[in-house]
Amino acid sequence: MPADPSISAVFREEWGRIVATLIRMTGDWDLAEECVQDAFARALERWPREGVPRRPGAWLTTAARNRAVDRLRRSANEASKLREVADRSMSSRNGPDSDSDESGITDDRLRLIFTCCHPALPLEARVALTLRTLAGLTIAEIARAFLVSEQTMAKRLVRAKQKIRNAGIPYRVPPAHLLPERTGSVLAVLYLLFNEGYAATSGAELVRQGLCADAIQLAGTLARLMPDEPEALGLHALMLLHDARRTSRLDDAGGLVLLAHQDRRKWDGDRIKQGVLLLDTALRRGRPGPYQVQAAIAACHATARTAEETDWAQIAELYGQLMIMVPSAVVELNRAVAVAMSAGPAAGLVLVEGLSEALPDYHLLPATRADLLRRLGRFEEAAEAYREAIVLAPTEVERGYLAGRLAGVLAE
Amino acid sequence: MKYMLLICGRPDATETPETPSIESWLDYVEGKRLHGSRMRPITDATTVRSREGEVLVSDGPFAETTEHVGGYDLIEVDNLDEAIDIASRHPVAHFGSIEIRPLWEG
Repeated sequence: MPADPSISAVFREEWGRIVATLIRMTGDWDLAEECVQDAFARALERWPREGVPRRPGAWLTTAARNRAVDRLRRSANEASKLREVADRSMSSRNGPDSDSDESGITDDRLRLIFTCCHPALPLEARVALTLRTLAGLTIAEIARAFLVSEQTMAKRLVRAKQKIRNAGIPYRVPPAHLLPERTGSVLAVLYLLFNEGYAATSGAELVRQGLCADAIQLAGTLARLMPDEPEALGLHALMLLHDARRTSRLDDAGGLVLLAHQDRRKWDGDRIKQGVLLLDTALRRGRPGPYQVQAAIAACHATARTAEETDWAQIAELYGQLMIMVPSAVVELNRAVAVAMSAGPAAGLVLVEGLSEALPDYHLLPATRADLLRRLGRFEEAAEAYREAIVLAPTEVERGYLAGRLAGVLAE
Repeated sequence: MKYMLLICGRPDATETPETPSIESWLDYVEGKRLHGSRMRPITDATTVRSREGEVLVSDGPFAETTEHVGGYDLIEVDNLDEAIDIASRHPVAHFGSIEIRPLWEG
């Protein structure tokens, strides 16, 4: 990315759109990426001298397309591809091509995102392709974010592109009857990206935190491109509402701060407002789904002025809805916590104790049980449950937190 | 593009009530299925290897697995999504599985 912030902002904004268009025109993913890179390099050379053009996106698209035509012209055996470029450019000017007729959506970025997230590709390849082609991250950046070598990541991307070509994965927005299922796959990839970034806690993991911003941008793009899909809006809202609380999740020493103890003044009020607004827009469509419900839960937390004012009864109700849509033991555990907060620890404990078979290795189960036992004054049982949780906790930060709680109940 | 559908299942697998009939599937793929056939069970299979000038013949399939290819269908369609659609409607997809393999020269 260039040093000039106004130019790098244009690059970030335009990269995915232009790569998507070039792939449609040439049918060649590598050529598309290379030509867009060339166009950006030319812009970097000329814009600082001549000023940023009035329509930078159009300038970059034209430069990239000319470069593609140039390169195809030079290799004689690519003559047929060149004709295709001409044909496809024409058809895009004359109106939507046959691919988009079925669902009536035409933005090239949508074609790209649905192709990147095709279920015939391995999940890790979907994530990598999305970051490379849509978000414009370099292979080195993606490799760092997923803690693999650059070589491994490069191979993963090459293989994914080969499969798209060799297996005949179509470059299109799926037709209406496939759309709900495939949209689910796209949303899942974006949410995974966000969570990868959100789980990153230490300064050394700053690269991974950047994934949150990338995921939010992609979700926003998707929501704008699919205005009839309330779940895309719901996901965008959910990410914003989580992200608004990010800086208050850790104390200065890097220790975990529970929601109840977070400094709510540190929360990003604008993000919360934006998230709630998007969620309202989504809910007005009258087609709720798991992302909208999760966003509604996040909104309950984010809009409570103090931890005590949290509407736990409403949250318990929302988790109940989520259980109907996507039943899982983890959702039920969260519902149990909300029930404990609204109807008392004894009511929550009954629900938690029914889950031990379904979640044998999940540290938050004994941690929750420990907390409820503590609140009921059953300290010995609580200590036992905290010990169980410490053994299962995956990170040092969480183990540290639980050890602190254990010391607390032992002192009672 | 041409795709080979390898129809895989356990020999003892049985149809479920939702399993569509092979006739309705054949109607559905009319014009897109180039050819195909069921295959006789693995007890009738023979495996051949040529090594260092010697032909090694053995009884049974090449690999010991629980699922075996029990048939194949060669189809010609525009893209993978169409192949997935056709495969998902095959009777065996409802109790076994279908492997979709694009031909080298589609």
